[in-house]
Amino acid sequence: MDFDLFWSSLGPLLLGAVKGTIPLALASFALGLLIALLVAVMRISTSKLANGVGRVYVSLIRGTPLLVQLFVIFYGLPAVGVKIDPWPSAIIAFSLNVGGYAAEVIRAAILSVPQGQWEAGHMIGMSRNQTLLRIILPQAARVSVPPLSNTFISLVKDTSLASLILVTEMFRVAQQVAAFSQEFMLLYLEAAMIYWVICLALSTAQTRVEKRLDRYVAH
Amino acid sequence: MSPTDSVLQVRGLSKSFGANTVLRGIDLDVPRGKVVALIGPSGSGKTTILRSLNGLELPDAGSVTVGASGGTSTGVEPQRPSLTLDFDAKVSPKEVAALRDRSAMVFQHYNLFPHMTVLQNVIEGPVRVQKRPRAEVVAEADALLKRVGLFEKRDSYPFELSGGQQQRVGIVRALALKPQLLLFDEPTSALDPELVDDVLAVIKELADEGWTMVIVTHELAFARQTADEVVFMDGGVVVERGPASQVLRKPQEERTQQFIRRLLHEI
Repeated sequence: MDFDLFWSSLGPLLLGAVKGTIPLALASFALGLLIALLVAVMRISTSKLANGVGRVYVSLIRGTPLLVQLFVIFYGLPAVGVKIDPWPSAIIAFSLNVGGYAAEVIRAAILSVPQGQWEAGHMIGMSRNQTLLRIILPQAARVSVPPLSNTFISLVKDTSLASLILVTEMFRVAQQVAAFSQEFMLLYLEAAMIYWVICLALSTAQTRVEKRLDRYVAH
Repeated sequence: MSPTDSVLQVRGLSKSFGANTVLRGIDLDVPRGKVVALIGPSGSGKTTILRSLNGLELPDAGSVTVGASGGTSTGVEPQRPSLTLDFDAKVSPKEVAALRDRSAMVFQHYNLFPHMTVLQNVIEGPVRVQKRPRAEVVAEADALLKRVGLFEKRDSYPFELSGGQQQRVGIVRALALKPQLLLFDEPTSALDPELVDDVLAVIKELADEGWTMVIVTHELAFARQTADEVVFMDGGVVVERGPASQVLRKPQEERTQQFIRRLLHEI
């Protein structure tokens, strides 16, 4: 194994993670959660239209490959006159994707909160939205942390697909160095290792958040 | 009783869930400072009436009027204009909100907010909804918690309390809203037997203080001690009503007699 190459490529790869992979994942996850919340609220609303739109959205996102979604936005849309740069294309595709998956997580979490909590919120005079924000979502958050962590960890790894639409994230850096040095095994294992370390850190963070949100339930 | 003295007037309240009719034209009057106990077998409609008085169910027909007079005979709570909800027409969310501003409910299963401390549970409505000054609300909440012996628990979460303690917090949460009408939905039926008395004692105290209350209960002894009037319901209608001692000791209707006999035999 060529340790010199390992060490000399570690810097560029980490830079790719810090400037590409991590911000891409964070931005897409934040936007995705907003979309998910909106879609989840549509899915539990009494409006047939809102419900239907939400359902079709979730179905489309879950029923088509992420890579295809990415290509439609970056390579497909220019054909109808919509040209979007690599970075925004990636963020749009990833956040739409996260939105579809996380919407179902959040919807299920909202439904897991007992009906009596809605009633108690209404009893003290809260509107539906106030009850949702102050009473229901904080309780739903607790249940949704484990599945949302899964979504986030998947997203971190999925950002490697952005290399295929010319976003300079970690895996694209790895591909470039590998092509130049012909050390494919070394570079791809090195990239895999960095993904793994990031995901380990996320798992630790998940445990902490769960502990914090568990402080108000019996053990 | 003059009509202005009435805190609650219910007229012709009817409600169906699909093909199942649970209320068939109920009338109910609660004078200021009086306690009415609703008793009857499960499915008789008593809980549905109570929930209608807090807008948690919307009846199909009839009306509910909450008078301008206070909920206690001493009238410590703010006076609000008289309000009538006519369920024959469509009631707006605004009207439902106005009804909830006047009545407060204590739930069978407490329904405290598990992610909030005891104090937060109590002040959430007055601060967030009624927009009253936080310091003032906290001072009142502390005084109420002291009254029910739970001041030391103000920073605990509901899961750290016994059922009886949780229900007393539920009562304080309702009182903090300064309603004109207090509603109790089987407040002790989810409690272990040894915890029932503490909660009943608090409710009795509120009755003695002159709060206007409607209580759905299976505790006949408690109803006899606390209620001014007992209303026995079955199959969505009022079968018998009258002074507590009369309905519970010398019921006139056969259905009432059967129900009371069965309940006494269970004990």
